[in-house]
Amino acid sequence: MQDTVDVLIIGAGASGAAVAWSLAETRMRIVCLEQGEWPNPARYPSTGMDWEARAMTEFGFNPNRRANSADYPINEDNSPIKIANYNGVGGGTVLYAGHFPRFHPSDFRVRSLDGVADDWPIDYATLAPYYGENDRMMGISGLAGDPAYPPKMPMMPPVPLGKAGTKLAKAFNALGWHWWPSDSAVATTDYDGRAKCINLGHCLHGCAQGAKASTDVTYWPHAIRAGVELRTRCRVREIATDGQGRASGVVYYDRDGKECFQAAEVVILACNGIGTPRILLNSTSARFPNGLANTSGLVGKNLMFHPYAAINGIFEEPLDGHRGPSNCIWSQEFYETDPKRDFVRGYTFEISRGRGPLVTALTGMSTGRIPWGEDHHRAFRRMFDRITSMVAICEDLPEMHNTVTLDPVLKDAHGIPAPKLDYTLSENSRRMLNHGIERGTEVMKAAGAYDVITQAPIEFGGWHLMGTARMGTDPDRSVVNEWGRSHDVKNLFIVDGSLFVTSAGVNPTSTIQALALYVADNIKKRLANLFD
Amino acid sequence: MTDQIAKDHPLSPDAREQLRIVAGIMIPASEEFGVPGADDEHIFGDMLRTLVPIAAMVSAALAAIGPLEPLDQAARCAACERFQASAPTMAAVLVALVAQCYYRDARVMRALGMEPRPPFPKGFEVEQGDWSLLDRVRARPKLYRDAP
Ligand SMILES: Cc1cc2nc3c(=O)[nH]c(=O)nc-3n(C[C@H](O)[C@H](O)[C@H](O)COP(=O)(O)OP(=O)(O)OC[C@H]3O[C@@H](n4cnc5c(N)ncnc54)[C@H](O)[C@@H]3O)c2cc1C
Repeated sequence: MQDTVDVLIIGAGASGAAVAWSLAETRMRIVCLEQGEWPNPARYPSTGMDWEARAMTEFGFNPNRRANSADYPINEDNSPIKIANYNGVGGGTVLYAGHFPRFHPSDFRVRSLDGVADDWPIDYATLAPYYGENDRMMGISGLAGDPAYPPKMPMMPPVPLGKAGTKLAKAFNALGWHWWPSDSAVATTDYDGRAKCINLGHCLHGCAQGAKASTDVTYWPHAIRAGVELRTRCRVREIATDGQGRASGVVYYDRDGKECFQAAEVVILACNGIGTPRILLNSTSARFPNGLANTSGLVGKNLMFHPYAAINGIFEEPLDGHRGPSNCIWSQEFYETDPKRDFVRGYTFEISRGRGPLVTALTGMSTGRIPWGEDHHRAFRRMFDRITSMVAICEDLPEMHNTVTLDPVLKDAHGIPAPKLDYTLSENSRRMLNHGIERGTEVMKAAGAYDVITQAPIEFGGWHLMGTARMGTDPDRSVVNEWGRSHDVKNLFIVDGSLFVTSAGVNPTSTIQALALYVADNIKKRLANLFD
Repeated sequence: MTDQIAKDHPLSPDAREQLRIVAGIMIPASEEFGVPGADDEHIFGDMLRTLVPIAAMVSAALAAIGPLEPLDQAARCAACERFQASAPTMAAVLVALVAQCYYRDARVMRALGMEPRPPFPKGFEVEQGDWSLLDRVRARPKLYRDAP
């Protein structure tokens, strides 16, 4: 038993870091428990000759394959989309590409505008100042004036177009379709102690340069200087409750595997759309037999990914290969609902540049384009430096049967029941993916690709984890209220992607962090009567 | 490979020889492109070190091809083709191993026009591009919907 802290945050990823930093100004005693370690940039793959190989093993996306000591297993057998995450300080931002789009105003009003899913209890205008504050803290590059968005101010110049971006930009122009340089969580000038991007091409496996805004190099140093205590290698098993049904603290295993209890006045969950419902469902008691904060029965329900379609064009002439950040340009030509299409809602195209020699060889050899034997070299050279890729990020609508539950058998290294996913791709998503493949192929061809390789959905593309503890004003239809507090447990808050009511057709992290800052601000404003 | 490594290596001497033959068939040396084959001593040594954690999968894949040593080159290639068609998952294990060691060899990288070095700390140049391409997009009316 340790001294009671004022605020206990579980998870030091994108949202945990933002909420910790924002609350630090209150001078409350704040502790964050994180199951993983601080990442060590000197060990990131781009620092060694085996950079492409290590990107697929130790720094791979899927926790079941990576199986580092900080990872917990996930039963994903019943899901066509497998999880991508990172467990350690920074969370998923250590491996994310750093695409940093905001939601559109219409994304908060899905039912009112399109008659599907639910409206959010908040709107774009409510989040806009928090998006801005988060952009400043993370350090975002981009270009003002995108007609797909209400006005917003980027902090640094956009990432370079490069040869690939130029080709595709011309193709979008030829088709008369929208495109714009991506808002990127990549510093293109020195920023807040971070050195500018030097085009390592390794955003997705940890940025050794520190140019990419992972929260271990953005929020965390500021939060720690402001007095927040971050304890690593501490895995939370469950949230305990007292006689009044309030959270009293958490039970966790420290780095030596010792079971500990940390008492707290306020508990904040920031473990992402899988880790958060897992802890809530593991926190059962006589008063909360179905898990904590689960009177609505919605904890773990409505799991949303973004189904991704990949469209890879192969060109005659050399492009940028593996050089340059994973972000480049995006297109939101097919973002808003169009009644003429056979699906509702929409998607974003994001151009992600090329690949190194090993991944080129594997792409070519696994698709029969590069043979074994004498012709290997000629075929390889037809692809090397000549591939550029784009993805269609499709909005996933919430469905009750897409769930995170506890696996009856599978457990992590501490014996804590592991999450189990049950997820099916909806008909709407399939149609959207097909549309993305067809239109994406059209762009690649317009850009001059002589060959196009497609895949949908991307199997190991479950990197956006949303919806499993949604926010709302009605306690029967949501887990937390409109400012992130559990309807059932008045000193329990959620700030990660679990909060999402709908997923929009863009990457979620800028919205996750804006929400975390918004929840923190509400806590600060209501400190005197927080539990009323 | 030192005698000590050879003694402790999880692949048997026969399996090691089989791997070297397969690597040479998969990516042979080429005078035209000025590159060694994947059975080159240096690349093969890298392969033997790299495969240790996945030795069981590599052994199983090599066994599935059947003995190559006694065969002539044409028969060896035919056996490898049959293996690729009948056991694509096992073939992928060997492809990943051979390709990763091959494409990080300094001679191969140079032949591809690459500097034989990791991306960090030097990084790379990427051209900025012509932002005037955006003029047409700037001229468009707003694409987003207002929400009540
Ligand atoms: C390969 C990849 C690419 C991506 N690309 C993009 C992109 O371009 N743009 C974008 O917006 N998003 C991207 N994402 C997603 C992005 O990383 C996530 O949206 C974001 O990190 C989620 O933030 P979070 O706070 O909800 O959770 P996370 O960042 O996942 O943080 C959760 C933290 O909680 C910890 N935790 C979990 N359970 C426990 C426990 N029981 N005890 C203690 N600690 C625990 C975890 O270790 C982790 O550090 C990508 C993700 C990946 C993996």
